[in-house]
Amino acid sequence: MREFRYERAPDVAGAVALLAGAPEGAFLGGGTNLVDLMKLGVATPDVLVDVRELVSREITELPDGGLRIGAGVPNADLAADRRVRERFPVLAQALLAGASGQLRNRATTGGNLLQRTRCGYFTDVTKPCNKRSPGSGCGALEGVHRNHAILGQTIAGSAGPATCVATHPSDMAVAMVALDAVVRVLGPDGERSLPLAGLHRLPGDDPSRDTTLRHGELITAIDLPALGMPSRYRKVRDRASFAFALVSIAAALRVEDGVVRDVRLALGGVAHRPWRATAAEYVLRGLPATEASFAAAAESELEEATPLRDNGFKVPMARNLVVRTLLDLSEALR
Amino acid sequence: MDTQITLRVDGAAQPLTVDTRTTLLDALRERLRNTSPKKGCDHGQCGACTVLLDGRRVNSCLVLAVTVGDAEVTTSDGLAEGGRPHALHRSFVEHDAFQCGYCTPGQVCSAAGVLAEARAGWPSAVTADLAAGDVELSDAEIRERMSGNLCRCAAYANIVPAVAAVAESSGVRR
Repeated sequence: MREFRYERAPDVAGAVALLAGAPEGAFLGGGTNLVDLMKLGVATPDVLVDVRELVSREITELPDGGLRIGAGVPNADLAADRRVRERFPVLAQALLAGASGQLRNRATTGGNLLQRTRCGYFTDVTKPCNKRSPGSGCGALEGVHRNHAILGQTIAGSAGPATCVATHPSDMAVAMVALDAVVRVLGPDGERSLPLAGLHRLPGDDPSRDTTLRHGELITAIDLPALGMPSRYRKVRDRASFAFALVSIAAALRVEDGVVRDVRLALGGVAHRPWRATAAEYVLRGLPATEASFAAAAESELEEATPLRDNGFKVPMARNLVVRTLLDLSEALR
Repeated sequence: MDTQITLRVDGAAQPLTVDTRTTLLDALRERLRNTSPKKGCDHGQCGACTVLLDGRRVNSCLVLAVTVGDAEVTTSDGLAEGGRPHALHRSFVEHDAFQCGYCTPGQVCSAAGVLAEARAGWPSAVTADLAAGDVELSDAEIRERMSGNLCRCAAYANIVPAVAAVAESSGVRR
């Protein structure tokens, strides 16, 4: 591990100022991902600014019935919060589907959003990876990629400088994208807010950048607007617990007189970012809440899928997951 | 880069000078000679290093020692009071819940966390009704909640009754 200076600040503004003066520095939240990446030599900050005790650990009410979640709230506390369990079950289920009890106790809400891909070529410094070492190529494209992306990847050959087929690993973020969450950020230039759907990037021509945050910007809170409809998270993985998603889904559905009035869908494990299924949502609104409609919606979303040699199974898996989850939600509404 | 810290471990304050890169696990084992938490994977995947930090279970291999501050660190050693084994220690012995025992201190600390979390009404991925305040710590719940602790000796089967027995004797709903 590279040597680093450990810094604390009196408040979040001080922490932001400290990092602004450290171009190779990083914020430290729970450290469950960052410390691991530092041990592997994948992350090499020279300064760590510890913000775990600085950012809010409170969950507060918003005027519309939504919630503001401080970026320092541990994943375990967020999943256990009664308001989250009652109003946003999709979020509690997503959190509980992720990691282990030990990790959820330490990991923070802000840090969860910024965790990095678990692609084996990214975490192995002896392998090529455009995300870790821009321009070095992509080992996954023609290598082991059963867990990799089927939507929104950049594929220009394994030596292509922009090729990246990695997936975003967070379950929590998939639920939050479906919930139209808003991220509140403090940076060297002050505060700003952005939709969570605009936080994570597709690889495009620079896979090394996971997010649209600038250096020194700190996530301080996440706002969840009121939802007002039933919601559910479902995750398919290789073992029953403590494994990343092959495919996951966050869904919310409102049906009136047998017709879909509102729907929110996001997929995990399929792309470089949590994948909001806007095409499927568009198709579904106004259609009868039937299996045929749900299948048509899923097909429209997955038309653009470009699976790799060994992960084609994710396409029918995602389609079946959309259909099954929406059927369950519509049956629960009856 | 060296830094002065004081760790509070199993009830005793321990002043230390550590490199900032030192994990809590390495500070405990290599500097304080507390070999209760074990180094398994060293990447948060196996749970052998589990300790309680202010009563909450965490992977000590992913916690930097400089970040611990005043928090109370409790290892499986520290769960024993006055030389008397904790109920979980005794139950693991009674139910033969280990073979080589390497992962056991982490399992015991994790089980202590599981019991506290169940008492607080925290749900898990297998909890059917998230809106319910109470949790019934069924065998399925224990399995799910202990899933962050891996044992390669295949002794899993006896860990569940060992934890269940302590849950029952300490008034956790089953």
